[in-house]
Amino acid sequence: MSMEAKEIIARRVALELRDNTLVNLGIGLPTLVARYIPPGIRVHFQSENGIIGFGAPPPEGMEDPNLTDAGGGFISAMPGAASFDSAMSFMLIRGGHLDMTVLGGLQVDARGQLANWMVPGKLVPGMGGAMDLVAGARRVVVAMQHVAKGESKIVPELTLPPTAARPVTLVVTDLAVLEPSAQGLILKECAPGVSVEAVRAATAAPLIIRGDVPEMALTP
Amino acid sequence: MHRKAISAAEAAALITDGSSVMFGGFMGVGTPTRIVDALVARGARDLTIIGNDTARPGVAIGKLIDAGCVAKCIVSHIGTNPVTQKKMIAGEIEVDLVPQGTLAERIRAAGAGLGGILTPTGVGTRVDEGKQVIELEGQSFLLEKALPADVAIILAHEADYNFNLTYRLTATNFNPVMALAAKLVIAEAGEIVPVGVIPPDAVRTPGILVTHLVERPR
Repeated sequence: MSMEAKEIIARRVALELRDNTLVNLGIGLPTLVARYIPPGIRVHFQSENGIIGFGAPPPEGMEDPNLTDAGGGFISAMPGAASFDSAMSFMLIRGGHLDMTVLGGLQVDARGQLANWMVPGKLVPGMGGAMDLVAGARRVVVAMQHVAKGESKIVPELTLPPTAARPVTLVVTDLAVLEPSAQGLILKECAPGVSVEAVRAATAAPLIIRGDVPEMALTP
Repeated sequence: MHRKAISAAEAAALITDGSSVMFGGFMGVGTPTRIVDALVARGARDLTIIGNDTARPGVAIGKLIDAGCVAKCIVSHIGTNPVTQKKMIAGEIEVDLVPQGTLAERIRAAGAGLGGILTPTGVGTRVDEGKQVIELEGQSFLLEKALPADVAIILAHEADYNFNLTYRLTATNFNPVMALAAKLVIAEAGEIVPVGVIPPDAVRTPGILVTHLVERPR
């Protein structure tokens, strides 16, 4: 994925952040969202290995081996941070206390179901915390490329194993913003310079288009 | 009040071949590495290991995978350890993938005297295969059984000679729930302090739960 595509996705997802909320960012592309927090709001980021209120890595040589993110990378604790065990961490996630999670995806289908944890016979990393996050977070935002290796990742029906039965809340790609509904995927926004026809061509699932589709905003 | 600590080699000798072993740690952070090293040195075999992930090759619990000590893993993630994946594909290691929150609750249930838990996680996915789905108040839940083990190996930040334990930041992770869920609980600590130094409110695992403490390195 080009840097530009990643930045478009991260900037648009960041506009979903709200003041004084608890948010979990998945590994990879979703972590970029933290770079574009709209000014004037404070977001409490959770890392599922057991901390709320972490910040950027400390200067080299000042890392704490007991203070890491879910990928094992060094982080810092912001003033007011709280740490806890794994049971507590997933009580927060499953118990309705997590306002939003941002996750990467392999496929999303017309019903809004997400697949992001395995490709049978090829890649079996395991689900980690993803199934709990999709089952429990109040809002589930998928941040992913619209098309990969020439194939649309927005499909009529999942061909990969689902992460949860529950549909996600919003899908943000480098081409569009899609909102799952009972009737299907609603095309909410198109990325700057991308036409409705171009989104339709890049999407294997049917899209619901209601009137003029606005351009995706990338700044608050 | 004062109990005697044992060496890492003595601890490894207590963990017999074929045992199920819970280990604290998340990507190796919070894993008792001196006990792991002693298990490798002892040449442990056929272990079932239960924890969040298998870290990386050569790191923490990854060393047990490298050394051929493990027959089965019950974990949430193996994506960071290509050796685990290779051995799984070759049929040398069985891997049971469990959602991370379900893993924490199954272990907690084992230590809390519960038969299992009901969770929405995994309903409608491969995780629900062969499991009972229970409808309650209009919502579907999976019945997930308690997951106990023969042994838990724990990493604490501080221990005292009454074996009270404290933990530090994200090295806490699965350690406190595991300290309740195994028949034999062996702790390793960053520091061992005199009894009375750890304030009662700071104790996360009461010493009575800990069977053995590994002595400080000499």
